[in-house]
Amino acid sequence: MAIDVRNVSKSFNGFQALEDVSLSVPDGSLTALLGRSGGGKSTLLRVIAGLEAPDSGDVLFSGESVTTLAPQERGVGFVFQHYAAFKHMTVRDNIAFGLKIRKRPKVEVRERVDELLALVHLGGWADRYPAQLSGGQRQRMALARALAVQPRVLLLDKPFGALDATVRKELRDWLRKLHDEVHVTTIFVTHDQEEALEVAQQVAVINAGRIEQTGTPDDLYEQPANPFVMGFVGPVSRLGAAWVRPHDIEVLEDEEDGAVQALIERVARVGFEVRVEAALGDGTPVPILATRQQADELELHAGQIVWLRVHRTREFAA
Amino acid sequence: MPSSSRTSRLTLRFLALGYLAALLAIPVAMVFYRTFEHGIGPAWEAVTTPPAQHAFWLTCLMVAIAVPLNTIFGVGLALAIVRGRWRGKTLVSAIVDLPFAVSPVVVGLALILVYGNRGWIGSVFADNGIRIIFSTPGMVLATIFVSLPFVVREVVPVLREIGTDQEEAASTLGASGVQTFWRITLPAIRWGVAYGVILTTARALGEFGAVAVVSGKIEGQTETMTLFVEQRFQAFDLTGAYAASVVLALLALAVIGTMTLLDRRKEM
Repeated sequence: MAIDVRNVSKSFNGFQALEDVSLSVPDGSLTALLGRSGGGKSTLLRVIAGLEAPDSGDVLFSGESVTTLAPQERGVGFVFQHYAAFKHMTVRDNIAFGLKIRKRPKVEVRERVDELLALVHLGGWADRYPAQLSGGQRQRMALARALAVQPRVLLLDKPFGALDATVRKELRDWLRKLHDEVHVTTIFVTHDQEEALEVAQQVAVINAGRIEQTGTPDDLYEQPANPFVMGFVGPVSRLGAAWVRPHDIEVLEDEEDGAVQALIERVARVGFEVRVEAALGDGTPVPILATRQQADELELHAGQIVWLRVHRTREFAA
Repeated sequence: MPSSSRTSRLTLRFLALGYLAALLAIPVAMVFYRTFEHGIGPAWEAVTTPPAQHAFWLTCLMVAIAVPLNTIFGVGLALAIVRGRWRGKTLVSAIVDLPFAVSPVVVGLALILVYGNRGWIGSVFADNGIRIIFSTPGMVLATIFVSLPFVVREVVPVLREIGTDQEEAASTLGASGVQTFWRITLPAIRWGVAYGVILTTARALGEFGAVAVVSGKIEGQTETMTLFVEQRFQAFDLTGAYAASVVLALLALAVIGTMTLLDRRKEM
């Protein structure tokens, strides 16, 4: 189901959390809302779920306004950062909650819950309580609970934010695969640009209550609309008025047309990448990303004088 | 050094235990001793006289009315204070604590002013032949008033602690407000409620001042256990006073025992 957010504004006690935000999410897509904490992305997700009422603007599901509908009537599945597990219920009862509220027959509930337990790899944990599960397991349980009622939209609020790095990576891949299987329109909130670029088909970058840019991960990386987006979705160096990605800077041993002189201050080898910190004549720092092979050929080392040639730069109107 | 720290630790322990013994253990033990000094017979007789039995059942009635009412009211008000968005929350939250701050005697006098036969609410009832002060309804009112804050005070912090995540999750899963309350909120705050109920019960059992003022202390009519104890004592019937005290003490011990059991379960 397609979701349209039209000119939504929302403020809390004078703090403008969302300012005239519009967003289109195509049916069946996986969209990320990316931004710093406090930027308004969670508020936008909560407005879509009906957990917050917008001050103005509209939310449409498949072209129909749901702005005045309560969360119960919207048919959304919502996953919270801190799992919101029902602590006094077993994993099975947590997942069955929405079905029991809908008074489905017992046999059907049982079958559906078993299906979901298998889907989220919690088959052997049905009779445990949330306190006995790890963070990753709790979040998978929360996902199963949200999916049980076959929501028209799945909304995830920083779903992996409270998990450690390896589990986060694992769940991220798993969410991607899950979306391929169940095809429900999904929006997730994250402040991790890598997570957004890797998992989502569409990313909306949100900053200070506004959407800075919406596009595919490639669009954002290759054609950022403004310096904020460029800086947020990847590393960036400044050469005068130009903005450049560190891997778009070529290091040369000899002077060439259009190249600028720089002094290498530090060389760090991180696996396949070599991170070079150089400084221009006026002292401006320029981070550069080279491959191990390039670094070896040029024998890059601290104190070396090199020439930098920039492949692609972007200039933004001030 | 080790020996001196050991000495100070022992001194502290002795002081703490001595304090408890002097104020609590010895006097309570004395009551038990004096009650059963001449065997169980006289004590049993003293607490089975008609006025004693009446006092016992009247105290039970006070508890049976005040505790459920204050539980329902307390949970409702705690929800309104923590989850609601309305003006005057802070003020109401402070007013709830009044029964803690105001002396029960003052509470009793205030109730007489309003609900007495000449009070502005009491007079309306009196015109219809219903007596509030110097009768059971007034005593129930006084008991409710003095035991009012406990459930609210126990439940408010628990509600704050559990946050709104679980309730919001339930609402996105289709649960109505009422369903969310019964299935999610109430189970989550159950220990807080239980604790509040126990404290309310203990307070209602032991209330003396406010009830004494509004009851008129009519033997066999408006005499609760605590009033009965005092009345026996004034009448130089020490056996009766001590025996009734023991009954009250046993009720209180049962309440404390339940609380300890709950505490243990909570940690599981």
